[in-house]
Amino acid sequence: MTEADKSTEGGSGDGAASPLLETVGISKQYPGVLALDRVDFTLRPGEVHVLFGENGAGKSTLISILAGVQRPTSGEVRFRGARIEIDSVHQARALGISAVFQEFSLVPQMTVEDNLFLGAEILRGGVLDKRAIRARAREIIARLGFPLRPERRVEQLTRAEQQMVEIAKAFRSDLSVLILDEPTASLTDRETEQLFALIDQIKAEGVGIIYITHRMQEIRRIGDRITVLRDGRTVATLDAKTAGDDELVRLMTGRVISELFPRIRFAPGEERLRVEHLTTPKRTVADVSLTAAAGEIVGLAGLVGSGKSEAMRAAFGLDPIVSGRVILKGEDVTGASTRDLLARGLFYIPPDRREEGLVMMRSCRENIALPSLDRPPFSRGVFLDRAGEARKTAELAERMNLQPRRIERAVDFFSGGNQQKVLLARCLTRPVDVFVFDEPTVGVDVGTRAAIYAFIRDLCEAGAAIVLISSDLPEILHLTRRVYVFYRGRVQAELEGAAISEENLLRHFFEREAA
Amino acid sequence: MASQDTQVATAKRDILYWTKAVFIRLGVLPFLLIVAIVVFTLMSDNFLSARNLTNVVRQSVYLMIVSLGQMFALLTGGFDLSVGTILAITSVVGASVMAAIYAGSPDAVALAIAVGVLAGIAAGVFVGVCNGIGVAVFGVSPFIMTLGMSSVGFGIALFLTGGVPVYGMPVEFGEFFGFGLILGIPVPIYAAVILVVLTWLFVNRTRQGRYFYAVGGNVKAARLSGINTRFTLFITYVLCALLAGIAGMLLTARLDTGEANTGASMPLESIAACVIAGVSLRGGVGRVENVALGALFIVLVQNGMNLARIESYLQMVVLGALLILAVIADQLRLRYIAGARD
Repeated sequence: MTEADKSTEGGSGDGAASPLLETVGISKQYPGVLALDRVDFTLRPGEVHVLFGENGAGKSTLISILAGVQRPTSGEVRFRGARIEIDSVHQARALGISAVFQEFSLVPQMTVEDNLFLGAEILRGGVLDKRAIRARAREIIARLGFPLRPERRVEQLTRAEQQMVEIAKAFRSDLSVLILDEPTASLTDRETEQLFALIDQIKAEGVGIIYITHRMQEIRRIGDRITVLRDGRTVATLDAKTAGDDELVRLMTGRVISELFPRIRFAPGEERLRVEHLTTPKRTVADVSLTAAAGEIVGLAGLVGSGKSEAMRAAFGLDPIVSGRVILKGEDVTGASTRDLLARGLFYIPPDRREEGLVMMRSCRENIALPSLDRPPFSRGVFLDRAGEARKTAELAERMNLQPRRIERAVDFFSGGNQQKVLLARCLTRPVDVFVFDEPTVGVDVGTRAAIYAFIRDLCEAGAAIVLISSDLPEILHLTRRVYVFYRGRVQAELEGAAISEENLLRHFFEREAA
Repeated sequence: MASQDTQVATAKRDILYWTKAVFIRLGVLPFLLIVAIVVFTLMSDNFLSARNLTNVVRQSVYLMIVSLGQMFALLTGGFDLSVGTILAITSVVGASVMAAIYAGSPDAVALAIAVGVLAGIAAGVFVGVCNGIGVAVFGVSPFIMTLGMSSVGFGIALFLTGGVPVYGMPVEFGEFFGFGLILGIPVPIYAAVILVVLTWLFVNRTRQGRYFYAVGGNVKAARLSGINTRFTLFITYVLCALLAGIAGMLLTARLDTGEANTGASMPLESIAACVIAGVSLRGGVGRVENVALGALFIVLVQNGMNLARIESYLQMVVLGALLILAVIADQLRLRYIAGARD
């Protein structure tokens, strides 16, 4: 905290300018989790204030409170010096606070213009004034310079175009605070530059911008100040122009990088998994080829929706395959069922434990045993072996250091990190040759992160082939031996050893203009 | 004096604490059972007699078996509104086949009974197969699928009989399966006990049993764990229909006629029995033994109201109110659990 105060005070001379938006001691308590712990944050007019932190550090909770989606448990929000209670998104918008979240809030069946004015329709005599809506929509889109046609339906647009609609929505009324949550995630370089130009323009008009990103270059390109969050607390607020990468990562993770990431001894052996020219129906994966050998960790990097996750999901039998082959230990398993692939030694650990991983209302014991109920010690024939199951799951809970160690408790009652341990414990319930980890550290605390990395290292050093799908650059940089970078469904580059650097990776994250 | 007061106060707090603990663990059923027994004992002298209680258990057999089936549907996150129709179609088809064979060869009593029972149950299971295909293969919502099938099935049952009860089954069928006694205990009770035990074993001791909970709790997680979720959904409705079919034949034996109008109240009553027993409407949670108790409770309430001479129309009011009360209690319980989490 002390270094934070120092840098804030010393950072800029215009610190006296009265803040546009301010939080004082904001806390947010979810059942079992303190998502925000007395957070102080200020936004000045005409600045881009970057929120920086790991997944689960509290960035999303903070912006959703400011946007009126959530209400804080305690603390207060001040707008232009006056205390305000934001009860709804509508109210936040009325104050000029607009947020663009990663999750789009668009109605796919409606047109661009109808989406733009959803909830704030222009009326004349009690009925929709279609002509005025169209005119206003054109005006907003022209000002932003987006290549959008107001009469098109949103479901027909690409993801990048939908992102533009989402941004344009924020501009439909007078704007004083704009919140952008990783807005460039699905934009091309040119579109990104357009967005940055726009940000410069509205900055000059005195709009304050809260900007969430993981990308160092973006911070330097447009950021004025950076606030680092960790485990729901403000760790520091720094000047964006002078903050170094190492310092930011240290502040973000709370430890030196070498402590967090284990050293892994790769001993690449025989090839275990080979994917050849894999293509899926909507070309979310197009002509992807990759290999993974025993005793190595192969990274799949790229933006959300770049196809890195989709490729492995298709290989695991979760999505259909149009063409291409999947070869596991020399055998063609293209289009095999998930059950068959599990039996053959391919194991996919999904990114969203609540959505796809765990059966929340059932016990840890049942959850750990779930993928391996077809084999001892969990069953004999069609009958379950309850004693064997209890013994083995207790042993795995011990091994994973589950806290508290109560395997009969429903997983819903455990913290995010411990839920993740339950999910990972499944890896040890059956013999596996190839593990596919999809974003294994989303929403877990730093301590658990280190434990998960050590767990992956142990699996690798024990001779398993590991595919690590991650949007977290440090993870890719420090854990992998080889990396495939995905862009728009294709493998854009394959990097190995020393070539795996942040600069090299990011260069391939975006489309390169005319090669 | 003062110490006595504090003692009373601690005792009160203890009772409150335990009440809450029991509520969180077991749900609302134990409380409802106690209240019902106390109220009906006060209202009628005959209620607590051994004869009446045996009667209650015997009467509850049909609902209990149907509720076991309903539990499978609820466990996987759906429900089956066609259980009443399955009862009816089983009854009508079973009775017709049995009567036809018996009329053709009056000596082959055992054959007529066996073939009739199998035919009836097969007809019921067929409805379940349709439900299963609709839900598991075509992804029709269980609400629409089973609602539609309940109309289809009821229509067929009425069409087959012209709305008239089917007579002409061998008397031995009713004498044994409806009114028979073994060691002084009614035969239907044996059937119910056997089915409860088998269902318990199936749900708690086999792999497929575990899959119902996993599919209902999180179908995506189940799929990622290599579980055949379609087959699990399909078998859910087939099993539900099988159990409803068995109940249908037992009821036919008791009534001694095949009737298209039996079982109209079964969908509501079986869902109520499950929900009162703590089966979650969201899927993934529920226990066989509690469901058996839940069915028993509902029949107990009906029996008590009969003895207390409460009109049958008002009984419908009470039953509906109990169902809603049980759901409200379940919500409260979830809130307590969420509160107790930290």
